[in-house]
Amino acid sequence: MATLAEKFGLRKASGVGEAGWGHTLIVALVSLIYFLPVLMIIFTAFKPSAQALSVPPTLSPTSLFGLIPDQFVFTPTLENFGQVFNRVMVSGSAAEPTGFDVFFFNSFFISSVSVLLALVIGTLASYGFSRYPLKGNDTYLFIILTTRMLPAIVVIIPIILMFRTVGLSGSYLGIIMLYTAFNLAFTIWMMKSFFDELSYDVEDAARIDGSSEIKVFMKICLPQVVAGLAATFVFGLILTWNEFLFALLLTGVDTRTVPVAMNQAVSSGGRGTDWTLLASIETLFLIPVFLVTFFLQNHLLRGVTFGTVKR
Amino acid sequence: MSTIEVKKITKKYGEFLAVKDASLSVKAGEVVCLLGPSGCGKTTTLRMIAGLERATEGDVIIAGKRMNDLPPEKRDIAMVFQFYALYPALNVGQNIAMPLHFEKLSKEESDKRVNKVARILHLTEVLDRMPGQVSEGEKQRIAVARAIVRDPNCFLFDEPLSRLDVELRHSMRGQIKEVLSNLSKATVIVTHDQLEALTMADRIAIMRDGMIEQVGTPHEVFAKPANVFVASFIGTPQMNLMEADLKSFSKGVASVSLAGSPVEMAADPAVSSLRPSKVMIGIRPRAFTAESSAGKSTIRAQAELIEPMGAETLIHARTKSGGDIRVVVPRTQRIKVGEVLHLKADPKQTHFFGENGRAVRA
Repeated sequence: MATLAEKFGLRKASGVGEAGWGHTLIVALVSLIYFLPVLMIIFTAFKPSAQALSVPPTLSPTSLFGLIPDQFVFTPTLENFGQVFNRVMVSGSAAEPTGFDVFFFNSFFISSVSVLLALVIGTLASYGFSRYPLKGNDTYLFIILTTRMLPAIVVIIPIILMFRTVGLSGSYLGIIMLYTAFNLAFTIWMMKSFFDELSYDVEDAARIDGSSEIKVFMKICLPQVVAGLAATFVFGLILTWNEFLFALLLTGVDTRTVPVAMNQAVSSGGRGTDWTLLASIETLFLIPVFLVTFFLQNHLLRGVTFGTVKR
Repeated sequence: MSTIEVKKITKKYGEFLAVKDASLSVKAGEVVCLLGPSGCGKTTTLRMIAGLERATEGDVIIAGKRMNDLPPEKRDIAMVFQFYALYPALNVGQNIAMPLHFEKLSKEESDKRVNKVARILHLTEVLDRMPGQVSEGEKQRIAVARAIVRDPNCFLFDEPLSRLDVELRHSMRGQIKEVLSNLSKATVIVTHDQLEALTMADRIAIMRDGMIEQVGTPHEVFAKPANVFVASFIGTPQMNLMEADLKSFSKGVASVSLAGSPVEMAADPAVSSLRPSKVMIGIRPRAFTAESSAGKSTIRAQAELIEPMGAETLIHARTKSGGDIRVVVPRTQRIKVGEVLHLKADPKQTHFFGENGRAVRA
């Protein structure tokens, strides 16, 4: 006998398999609700300033063949994106460069270099922790983890003082070092779990086949944790790309990253918040992480589910 | 010369003694099986020969050279692992070629050799596949192929067939034996399956609790077990081991009280050294004949459980003294549960063990 859930298409008669239309619809709806703020920001980036805060809000760039009444439709424009890089800073004067090209470069440079550095150092370290454990190995790992237990705000003052004293404040080197250290704890823990999962037999086999220890690592272990490297890279990149507090206090005018610059661009000029400008910076800011995640998604999925499925 | 010599090796993990004073020598072209229950130290012994574990004491000599302090890659050996240990990121061909790659062999030579072993082990079709896309049996053959692609000093196998189903195991056993016989290298195979050991080995070393209990040909360990452990470990169904009272021994005939029945049987002259005392007597289930009526020196037992095994029938019976006894009779001899059996043991297949558990033989 068909249950109620089956009747409404919520569940198919058989237990496993493709979900019914009902479930699919519910999931789609929930996803849409979660995605709505992002969608709103992206739409706002394409709206003329006048329509950004209009009541009732404009909802769609097209009328969807007359489905949506005209008052909810906005005319998309690319003008805001131009404004990100060139705009009138003081009213009455001509448009001037905002320096956002540099800020985007900074964000890109600083986060990728520091995440890659952390990945190289962290992978080597985690392999060591996994294969050549120290006396009190777990204690070391715990200490490494404690560096991530405190909120950044707790340690920010000593770090600022240290950076000032040695002259690292405002330099690429300083912020890259900080982010590398910041990512290391995560990288070591993450990569260690991947190395722990590998079959030791395979490494022993390589040793017997004539491989030296360094080749065991490079040729045998590393290719097996590519998924882990990708996952760790993406997570690290997202964290670093979005980091605000350290960047605010430790980068100078030349090394400023986008999150800091975004904040300053939006709140400067005394004209209140420029929502379309903010939205367009954010939209541009989303793209790189989106692309990286998109291209690594296969690895990413294998990365986060690693070890949960019996091989 | 491809030989392996293991001299009194001992392995300690902290306080735990995994292997104690194990000695073994394997000649070129000889296959020796290390056989024993799980945790008896056979794999540890193999890993010490391979150099994956360091011997706490003793020497490992391969091809006449002391190898104790050399890492595995310098020992020039090949090993097949229980879980095959194929390189997951490489395809089958690359897997087989890996030892050659480390030897820095030219591409053409390497391809030639890979194709040759692939032909021997019927892997030509799957050379381009990944290890995840081949069957268990093929994985096993890939592991063997990777071992024989080089020309090492000796071969080590760690439970090579334990992951295969019965049918595959049977055919692989033959294939491995055939491949090995063409290579004339010293080979050590670790297994817990006595059938595997009995069929593949030239000699078997039986291990228990880190010690080698007996080394001998398959025939020797079966027909002349050195002690109670070997006697009970080798042979299916298990040998009957019964405590008995040795009453007297004269002119080659021992009279004992066995399972509540007085029994007289011819015995090895060395048994005289035991007299008179408690002894352990071992009789294989197939060494009994079930007689129709009680006679001189028959043991009385009541059949409790009947297990047909095809050509033969295994009977579990209870003796007068309450002991359990296993008897194998031909299929044609129909015996029912509850029936009283009069069992006569073949004296040639009866083993006497002293109080220390060692076999008593001249």
